[in-house]
Amino acid sequence: MKRTTEWIIEKLIFISGIGSIVFVALIFFFLLKEGLSLFASVNVFSFLFGVNWYPISEPPQFGILPLILGSLLVTLGAVVIAVPLGIASALYVAEVAPKWLSEILKSGIELLAAIPSIVLGFIGIATLAPFLKNVFNLPSGLTALAGSIMLAFMAMPTIVSIIEDSINSVPRSYREGSLALGATRWQTIYRVILPAASSGILAAIMLGIGRVIGETMAVLMITGNAAILPTSILQPVRTLTATIAAEMGEAVSGSEHYFALFAIGIVLFVISFIINLVADFFMNRNKKRNKKK
Amino acid sequence: MFLVLIMFLSSGCARGNKAIQIKGSDTMVNLAEAWTEKFMEKYPESAVAVTGGGSGGGIASLISGTTDIAKASRDMHHKEILLANRRGVYPLELQVASDGVVVVVNPANPINKLTIKELSDIYTRKVKNWRELGGPDRQIVALSRERNSGTHVFFLETVVKLGQKKNPNEFAADVLMMPSSQAVVEEVISNKSAIGYIGLGYLNNRQKALAVGKDKRGPFFLPNIATVKKGEYPISRSLLFYTNGTPEARVQRFIDFVLSPDGQEIVKTMDFVPIK
Repeated sequence: MKRTTEWIIEKLIFISGIGSIVFVALIFFFLLKEGLSLFASVNVFSFLFGVNWYPISEPPQFGILPLILGSLLVTLGAVVIAVPLGIASALYVAEVAPKWLSEILKSGIELLAAIPSIVLGFIGIATLAPFLKNVFNLPSGLTALAGSIMLAFMAMPTIVSIIEDSINSVPRSYREGSLALGATRWQTIYRVILPAASSGILAAIMLGIGRVIGETMAVLMITGNAAILPTSILQPVRTLTATIAAEMGEAVSGSEHYFALFAIGIVLFVISFIINLVADFFMNRNKKRNKKK
Repeated sequence: MFLVLIMFLSSGCARGNKAIQIKGSDTMVNLAEAWTEKFMEKYPESAVAVTGGGSGGGIASLISGTTDIAKASRDMHHKEILLANRRGVYPLELQVASDGVVVVVNPANPINKLTIKELSDIYTRKVKNWRELGGPDRQIVALSRERNSGTHVFFLETVVKLGQKKNPNEFAADVLMMPSSQAVVEEVISNKSAIGYIGLGYLNNRQKALAVGKDKRGPFFLPNIATVKKGEYPISRSLLFYTNGTPEARVQRFIDFVLSPDGQEIVKTMDFVPIK
């Protein structure tokens, strides 16, 4: 009897484990099937490097270079803002703050992850955009920078918690050794702990990027969505994700426009896949190194 | 949204009555909900579920058979009708109200009237500064709705392309695409250089509506119920219902209600223009 139950449970766990991989594969094949149909009528080169995105014109133009650059610009901006802040807060939480305070801070940061992105977008459109408009004397505050700032907020929880984990996994002996040699606390953090946790920090950055580049709702609301080649972070941009979200409702299933949106999905999938792969590489290196010592 | 739908569905099933599905134009969501509310007061045994998704979304649902009524703020395209016919769907069109698309600016903007040509120049970025139109020296921030909006397509065809089918004009790439009418409203209220367009129902006194004329000689008309109904205001349109052929009785009862004096009174209270 016990054997059978165990057997059933084992199989169930096996199916659940395999299930997620199967789903990813199915999603990927569906994406490929729908997206690649576009290239029967549109040349890959003019899709990836075309500068005009006019999907509902006659004839339509499907150039996604402005969208790719838009996504990259917003992401880059968010990383530049979130990474230094993330490293600083993780260090404070893990190394400097007293225990009770670091517990409060940790839950606060986790709470940040619980705010729905549409709420952040709404706050952005009502407060951040007018603020940026006045500060930089812009025609409109709906810019890549507004998106970057909002996305930096969203990436923070991911970045902080992973960096904090990797700092905590730096062996105690490193810290003790450094302090015993007469280094101050800051010298220990800066010269010993940060380098020892560096792979974890890189992994955190990569996962933060992955979180940011896939984010949709907030950027749809506050980046202005103009499909131009961005030359400055103070310009409106249109991202890959916002384009899919904004246009999927109107695209007639089976039309070129519909396939083009799936093809954008493939581009996004490839970008996220590469980012995750790099993050994974750093995570593993971190683990191995910590095990060795 | 999903929960509400489930609730509608289950309450409908409990009474042995399928909910009438109405999908499509976001411009018409509030109107359709107002109709639904009064209709369900009058016929408590009926159930109606209203969702948005844009005119194109509604038409796509009608074609795939997942809605009883597609509400649309534009005519079905030839391509859509062909696709529908291929799937055995024969759309029947019915006008249920009219709507004026209002061009709005910040109240601090001294400009009061523009021609269709001037509006087209603004949205194609041939004109980039309010100075060129007799206003202050400020860069124009042109706001448009996203491409999933029936209002976007209507404005593109009537204003940007000057009402000419073959006209090659497009919204310039640096026109800001706003995800909702509310987002257009917010930006116009907070930005002195902005210009946007919205349905008549969204107009409030924190934005200024412009009078629009066909050409420089005028006459210019402000958008309101009277000018839209008479067709004097140049950017007005019909709000439509599409059904698959002659609708079944439970759907027909709803349509009859919409066209009744009660239904058309609701159109007026929602700031659209009744057809009767």
